[in-house]
Amino acid sequence: MTYLPKPKLHHPALPKNALGLTHRDYEGAISTLCAGCGHDSISAAIIQACFELDIEPHRIAKLSGIGCSSKTPTYFLGTAHGFNSVHGRMPSVLTGANLANRDLIYLGVSGDGDSASIGLGQFAHCIRRGVDMVYIVENNGVYGLTKGQFSATADKGSKSKKGVVNPDSPIDLVALALLLGATYVGRSFSGDKAQLVPLIKGALRHKGAAFLDVISPCVTFNNHKGSTKSFDFVREHNDAVNRLDIILPQKPITAEYEPGEVIEVPQHDGTILRLLKLEADYDPTDRVAAMDYLFEHRARGEIVTGLLYVEPHSTDLHDELGTVATPLNRLGEAELCPGAAALAKVNAAHR
Amino acid sequence: MSEIGELDVAGRGTDAPVAGMPPTDIADPAYFHKVVDCQWACPAHTPVPEYIRLIAAGRYADAYMVNWWSNVFPGILGRTCDRPCEPACRRARVEREPVAICRLKRVAADYKDDIRDRLPRPATAKNGFRVALVGAGPASLTVARDLLPLGYHCVLFDQDVRAGGMIRTQIPRFRLPEEVIDEEVGYILGLEPELRLGRRVESLKALLDEGFDAVFVGTGAPKGRDLEVPGRREAAAHVHIGMEWLAAVSFGHVKSIAERVVVLGGGNTAMDCCRTARRLGGKEVTVAVRSAFAEMKASPWEIEDALSEDIPILDHLVPLEFLHEGGKLTGVRFRKVRTERDAQGRRSLVPTGEPDLVIRCDVVLVAIGQEAAFPWIERDIGVAFDRHGLPVVDPVTFRSTHPKVFFGGDAAFGPKNIITAVAHGHEAAISIDLVLRGLDPLRRPPPEVRLTSQKMGLHEWAYDNEVSLEARRRVPHLPRSRALASLSAEVELGFNPEQAWHEAERCLNCDVQTVFTRELCIECDACVDICPMDCITFTVNGPEAELRGRLKAPARNLDQPLYVSAPLATGRVMVKDEDVCLHCGLCAERCPTGAWDMQKFLLETARAGCR
Ligand SMILES: Cc1cc2nc3c(=O)[nH]c(=O)nc-3n(C[C@H](O)[C@H](O)[C@H](O)COP(=O)(O)OP(=O)(O)OC[C@H]3O[C@@H](n4cnc5c(N)ncnc54)[C@H](O)[C@@H]3O)c2cc1C
Ligand SMILES: Cc1ncc(C[n+]2csc(CCOP(=O)(O)OP(=O)(O)O)c2C)c(N)n1
Ligand code: SF4
Ligand code: SF4
Ligand code: SF4
Ligand SMILES: [Mg+2]
Repeated sequence: MTYLPKPKLHHPALPKNALGLTHRDYEGAISTLCAGCGHDSISAAIIQACFELDIEPHRIAKLSGIGCSSKTPTYFLGTAHGFNSVHGRMPSVLTGANLANRDLIYLGVSGDGDSASIGLGQFAHCIRRGVDMVYIVENNGVYGLTKGQFSATADKGSKSKKGVVNPDSPIDLVALALLLGATYVGRSFSGDKAQLVPLIKGALRHKGAAFLDVISPCVTFNNHKGSTKSFDFVREHNDAVNRLDIILPQKPITAEYEPGEVIEVPQHDGTILRLLKLEADYDPTDRVAAMDYLFEHRARGEIVTGLLYVEPHSTDLHDELGTVATPLNRLGEAELCPGAAALAKVNAAHR
Repeated sequence: MSEIGELDVAGRGTDAPVAGMPPTDIADPAYFHKVVDCQWACPAHTPVPEYIRLIAAGRYADAYMVNWWSNVFPGILGRTCDRPCEPACRRARVEREPVAICRLKRVAADYKDDIRDRLPRPATAKNGFRVALVGAGPASLTVARDLLPLGYHCVLFDQDVRAGGMIRTQIPRFRLPEEVIDEEVGYILGLEPELRLGRRVESLKALLDEGFDAVFVGTGAPKGRDLEVPGRREAAAHVHIGMEWLAAVSFGHVKSIAERVVVLGGGNTAMDCCRTARRLGGKEVTVAVRSAFAEMKASPWEIEDALSEDIPILDHLVPLEFLHEGGKLTGVRFRKVRTERDAQGRRSLVPTGEPDLVIRCDVVLVAIGQEAAFPWIERDIGVAFDRHGLPVVDPVTFRSTHPKVFFGGDAAFGPKNIITAVAHGHEAAISIDLVLRGLDPLRRPPPEVRLTSQKMGLHEWAYDNEVSLEARRRVPHLPRSRALASLSAEVELGFNPEQAWHEAERCLNCDVQTVFTRELCIECDACVDICPMDCITFTVNGPEAELRGRLKAPARNLDQPLYVSAPLATGRVMVKDEDVCLHCGLCAERCPTGAWDMQKFLLETARAGCR
């Protein structure tokens, strides 16, 4: 199956961002995924988010593992840095890259198989270390690339395309991320860009480990009746707790709300995350309450979406380690190899 | 594919009423017709993309026949048409320049093989009705072509000895070779109308008294306007009406012209006059226009060709006087003006106050307009005329106030062009046929419409859906020195097949429609994400003006419709702005359920004889 590449022509009235780019300039190669795959919509949402935030594509590093979802970085931001790693190993490659050069914006793209099965350990440690990144799991409940076996996020009792019932309990990556100390946690749906694009924008602006679980129907293997990751099921059971609006520093606030209707969470760089409450009592800055809410609603069969938790004054791995601010590739030989005397000093400290 | 086919998609959507635009009725032929910008703009509604695809496939004769049925004179029009289709072409909105539609039409005519066995034959059985066609220009010839095969006995009258009208007498041979006229007029004469040529019709009453069941008046707008300023009479021998002069050149009565020529006027007739003068010995030929250069009526390409033949065009000059000495013209005096606009945007020419300009010359050609004239139609036989001397004609049926008398071409509503004359001819032929069959000519037969899926495989379509990024190609021209040396050497050489193929590939196939089936749509957004032009939006419905403002890309071109579906499962609707769709089919390629399909919309206007 080959698709025609998208023609270079674009709408004559296409808006441009502060860099003079249109959203078309953020595209990548033509997708080879199945027609209708939710993952392609997430790619489109990432494109839109980067466009709206005026991010220069070469400031982004896209990292992924293996799977249909992990293939998608090829299909967006064609001029960004990219590393398609080994199955389940994206988090450690990302961590290493981030430690070496903290000037880039790290975008990890993974699947539910890639992160919740083979890569679960990597996922957990990367989150708990607070690596400054956006970690997106494109969650379809199956191993799409290997033809639709249940993944570890498939709900107990959900049915495969052939009618087989899944006997195992699911891993809820949002719950895990909350437990492990992620400082920005959201869930969304590939079929709802109005919700998804702001969530990605907020994550890109957040310092620390930002995790997004995006339900992304696999049209080929997991979009039938009996699946809990189908377009219809997700639409029917979607319980959005809030709507996010990103207010960049020095940008005027346009929409006005009644007091009590919104929660504003400032970020380290002056960005304000403005949350319109859809669920009156939901407080996204209270980690424990968020977990309670999540468990309660999951027990009722609801899929809780929105910005579920955010820490206003978050820190990251570099803060904890006290590493040098300059990327290693810009340090000179003298700084990188301070010589025998410096080594002797380090060794002495361990005696 | 089969796996996807198992998706549970039947019967989706909701019928809960939502305020906003009603679902688009794609069963109305006008809806998709309007999307085919060129065909919609063509007065004869030629299925343009259909013949362009045939040209791309090298099927020139087939392409020619598609044209022939619609516009009767593909070879003539492929060189001379006013091409209203080109400014309408979508390519200009999404790239830069329209497809060279007109010159592709010529390619079909130039490279076809013998098509004579595809033409209708003269009717073997006559139906007993006799129809008089006055004037043998494109309008009458079209009526003849449409009625003769049906068994009507058509009698073609013209004062000239050869049929063709102004195509023959006005348009210079360096734009339109004689053989092309002979060939295409010949196809119609081959249907065996009765010819009464070389004799002017002097009385419509006499014609009606001859017992014709219907009379079609296609006498054109033959009267060139004169310029009554001081010196006109004294210099009469050196001041010619442009149209009369061109006809005289065409008939071979005029073979040369003096060296210094001034042409007055800024329309196409002026352009033909000045270029003809250059070929007959005019060395210093100047065109003087009253208004601004930018407002000249002549087609841009005619102006370009005149300029490239070293003919200066001077604007904002109002002719005041013909200067003469002893019966000889010595020049023209002009007042210099400029254009001013009032608050309503109305234009007026005001003197600049500079001294008058005198252009020295030996001859003046006056090409400042033309009009219809009907001295041969009696005013008391039931054919009503309006204040301007034009007949009162129904714009749909082309019938005059006299039940047996029809008008078309330049005679009906004043001077236009060949393709309009052809379109009038088709409609008048339908009316004459309906009336003589005892039917109401206001009840027009509908066009024939076919909608055919182009799907051949998963990503395979019956048309070439890849969008060419090539720029418009220029038609090769004869070198200027050779062009100016001859009155009949055709200036434009036409595309060769390879150039034609590239140009044909630029066509976006706007007739291959995006057809949406909401019952199949699972609202996955794949089409929205892939569409290179941001045409598609899924959103809540709303009033059109408001909806246009909140689509994925604003839909500001109000000439182009929005395609709106009935409500989907989520209660939203699909809205597609037709304006800049490339008809690339990517939406349909990406749709997992086949909710989008690419379907070829072929519309053929009704012809006389249709039931
Ligand atoms: C110089 C010039 C250049 C042009 N160039 C173009 C061009 O490039 N492209 C284009 O599309 N259009 C062009 N036109 C316009 C085009 O020629 C006309 O719009 C078109 O020919 C009109 O067709 P018709 O059938 O209405 O009448 P015409 O073509 O005018 O034919 C009318 C015929 O009726 C005959 N006739 C008139 N009165 C009588 C009578 N009483 N008895 C018998 N016969 C009579 C005339 O002799 C003539 O043959 C041009 C016009 C001029 C003047
Ligand atoms: C080490 C290793 N083990 C197993 C595989 C086979 N494999 C390829 S993709 C995949 C699962 C991908 O699932 P997921 O991450 O959910 O991606 P999806 O295709 O569903 O988007 C597996 C098991 C592999 N490529 N490498
Ligand atoms: S197999 Fe499923 S996950 Fe993979 S591309 Fe196809 S629809 Fe997407
Ligand atoms: S054919 Fe479909 S994908 Fe292509 S431009 Fe038109 S709407 Fe967009
Ligand atoms: S691709 Fe478009 S038309 Fe097809 S199912 Fe998805 S949203 Fe509907
Ligand atoms: Mg998966």
